[in-house]
Amino acid sequence: MSQNHLAELAQQTVKQALERGATDAECTIREGSEFSVNVRMREVESLKQAGSRTAGLRILRGKRAGSAYTSDLSAEGIERMVASALELAAITSEDPHAGLPEPQELGAISTDLQLYCSDVERIETPVKIDLARAAEAAALDADPRITNSEGGSFDSRLGRRVFANSRGFAGEYRSSYCSLAAVPVAREGDSMERDYWVSMARSFAGLEPAAHVGRVAADRVLRRLGARKVETQRVPVVFEPRTARSLLSNVFEAVHGESIYRHASFLAGRLEEKVATEALTVIDDATIPGLFGSTPFDDEGVPSRRTAVIERGVLKSYLLNTYTARKLGMKTTGSASRGVSGNAGIGHGNLFIERGERSPGEIIAGITDGLYVTELIGSGVNIVTGDYSRGAAGLWIRNGEFAFPVSEVTIAGNLNKMLMDMEAIGSDLEFRGSTAAPTLLIREMTVGGR
Amino acid sequence: MSFPESFFSSRFAITRGDLESYLSEALSKGGDYADLYFEYLSTSNISIDESIVKSATQGVSLGVGVRVIAGERTGYAYSDDLSPQKVRQAAHVAACIAAGPAKVEKTPLEEGRKRNLYPVLTAPHETAFLKRMDLVKRADAAARAYDPRIFQVQATYADSLRHVMVATSAGVLSFDRQPMARMGVAALARQSGGAPQRGYAGGGGRVELSFFLEEKTPEHFACEAARQAIVQLDAVDAPAGETTVVLGPGWPGILLHEAVGHGLEADFNRKKVSAFSDRIGQQVASPLCTVIDDGTIRNRRGSLNVDDEGNPTQRNVLIENGVLRGYLQDALSSRILRASPTGNGRRESYEHIPMPRMTNTFMLAGESDPADIIRSVPKGIYCANFGGGQVDITSGNFVFAASESYLIEDGKLTRPVRNATLIGNGPEALRYVSMVGNDLQLDEGIGICGKEGQSVPVGVGIPTLKIDRMTVGGTA
Repeated sequence: MSQNHLAELAQQTVKQALERGATDAECTIREGSEFSVNVRMREVESLKQAGSRTAGLRILRGKRAGSAYTSDLSAEGIERMVASALELAAITSEDPHAGLPEPQELGAISTDLQLYCSDVERIETPVKIDLARAAEAAALDADPRITNSEGGSFDSRLGRRVFANSRGFAGEYRSSYCSLAAVPVAREGDSMERDYWVSMARSFAGLEPAAHVGRVAADRVLRRLGARKVETQRVPVVFEPRTARSLLSNVFEAVHGESIYRHASFLAGRLEEKVATEALTVIDDATIPGLFGSTPFDDEGVPSRRTAVIERGVLKSYLLNTYTARKLGMKTTGSASRGVSGNAGIGHGNLFIERGERSPGEIIAGITDGLYVTELIGSGVNIVTGDYSRGAAGLWIRNGEFAFPVSEVTIAGNLNKMLMDMEAIGSDLEFRGSTAAPTLLIREMTVGGR
Repeated sequence: MSFPESFFSSRFAITRGDLESYLSEALSKGGDYADLYFEYLSTSNISIDESIVKSATQGVSLGVGVRVIAGERTGYAYSDDLSPQKVRQAAHVAACIAAGPAKVEKTPLEEGRKRNLYPVLTAPHETAFLKRMDLVKRADAAARAYDPRIFQVQATYADSLRHVMVATSAGVLSFDRQPMARMGVAALARQSGGAPQRGYAGGGGRVELSFFLEEKTPEHFACEAARQAIVQLDAVDAPAGETTVVLGPGWPGILLHEAVGHGLEADFNRKKVSAFSDRIGQQVASPLCTVIDDGTIRNRRGSLNVDDEGNPTQRNVLIENGVLRGYLQDALSSRILRASPTGNGRRESYEHIPMPRMTNTFMLAGESDPADIIRSVPKGIYCANFGGGQVDITSGNFVFAASESYLIEDGKLTRPVRNATLIGNGPEALRYVSMVGNDLQLDEGIGICGKEGQSVPVGVGIPTLKIDRMTVGGTA
């Protein structure tokens, strides 16, 4: 379907909903195509290529909401979707805070965000296969202990998002994404380990070279071989950037508007309080060109922006959509996020920790005994209380250097204290996804082992 | 029901001839095997928060996935449009994984044996919306009434009705109607000055709406969620380090899912990237342990009449008296390994390539009285409920997060402890099982399993288990 057609369809759907009794309506249409190839042990293992579309509608009848979605964008499909949403809005509860953003809050930023690069669309299948093959080969060829692999892969996605509402907003944007990854498996004696490296970019030209992707993956898996458990003890814990990002995701959940109004977050009710070390600044910015978390407007049609969440240790803002902002007597931060249907939830743009002064090497050099965390597994984070307990693997630091690999341990603490005890923030900030963090050092956590 | 009365035939006028011609197109470049997966999925979701039904959604998605296997290669394409031209185009794209002349002759399609493990006449999805909405209202009221310290309640109800049809170049034609319903309740409790605590409970299955009115009511889930939140108000710090762990029956069976289940999926094993690779016939658990994956249990969340590749599900013995017996197979892995399919080929939707997945995974009951098991522990931890788990299948290391646990002191459950993560290694953890209770329970129907970005519903279960040695993560 052409660009104009989808935009028109969204607006017509909104109009149809109003004609049939809705007092407000918002329609999202998503169109996307995906390609992926996986090469394993130097042979193509799988190749996938396809596209799909979905439309979603949310309507209000006074203060009651209802929503529906369909993958059938024919006139009949759309009509059924409108009828479904209206049917539901007749029976849901009155919610005094339900409603669309005010007209003056709507809009889109006009900067060219470079979310779409046509080179992703133009690249030929054999080239993609060769890249996946080269990434895996670089890992397999790096060391004789790398004897197996889950493969090298190239993925790309092209998408279009269209949004219209009954308060006059109509907007759309296209986006592109591609990634190149390698997942080698290394073996030495009884020890078998797997690790990965992935490069992601909006443009094909922005990907790291295949040889680099494979080599970094190889280095990462090799250093895990022969990992052992350590004694249970309290020591400094360093999060490398890949695992530090997960701490940032925990902070996001804790400033999420829904957790705040439900008092289901350890950061609820603490605006303007010091909640972290003064060295910590957390920013959410959806307006940085080319990055993965950038969008011209959020999923309610509110322009994207930059929000300081924690500034020099002080909690400055929650992340809010229109609904949670009304509940809290505040203003939306342009953080509405949703699939195609349902009430808007909350998401982030590019959520990152501002870079610090010390290099990762300097941070590690200052530690006598400690754990450098390269992998975290499990879901043991309680945002209500801040209690933190997860499975970890990594490297033991002794006298300022990596001494041996560690696995099958847990790390535990409380996020309240961990944010206060962040003793060092690295200078190595890189945007490899919509969350980004440099190396972080927490003064002391419980490492659970033997 | 025969093909002409089946959903896709009657609603979309798809004929046997159409299916055969799509399969021919899929194999036109020399592929060895092809299958078509048609899916029509309707869903509903209702949620209540602050005693207000804030959200209700319903919708439909439909499409077809076409897969071609050539040697060990897989080509995949899908379409959200079932018109012959679009399906044929998808078949053509998938076909290109092979390069050569067609080598498979057209196979006539035959309908497999029929059975119905979920004889649900009226799916919850087909009942009046108001009745379903009433479930979340009842849950909200019951959780609030449970204890004055409960101050926030959220309840969700979701159901779906999935019609699927699978046609394969091996001649299999199968169709299924798969109802599903699930409700969940989250409650927050607070007492003067203290931090709030959370409790969660939920369940469901491939059931009629009457399940929630007669068997597991909204009040049942609500009171369970509220009870867990209240228990946590008095929780003390969890110990850290190696200790004796007793797992309660039911949902803590997630241990099996993480410790052994994923590691026994045939794709990881044929690629030899699992900690269980090449271990068939070896002792990988204590002789007290027999672990089963069974996709045929009536009305269970993890059950299917046929898997998503058209093969009937079955009861598979994974570990028998501690000895590794078998892997979970899908069509591709069983072709390569020359093993029989086990009915474990599953996928999230028509947009996804099937993989070997679990269905309902559980350990057979043993002989110990659960009370004796607890009495036998001088010092340890008892885990009654879990959040979720995760495994690294290559190293075998797995974790699971306890959401309700207690200290065991001198053979008695004493104080509740705060949420802690437990960690172990798959091929080792079950060697330390020293007592197995006689109280096997399956979970209430809440499990979602994620693998390589695809989510599917599953079930788990265990009897009370004593594990002599396991690392507990501690708190703070």
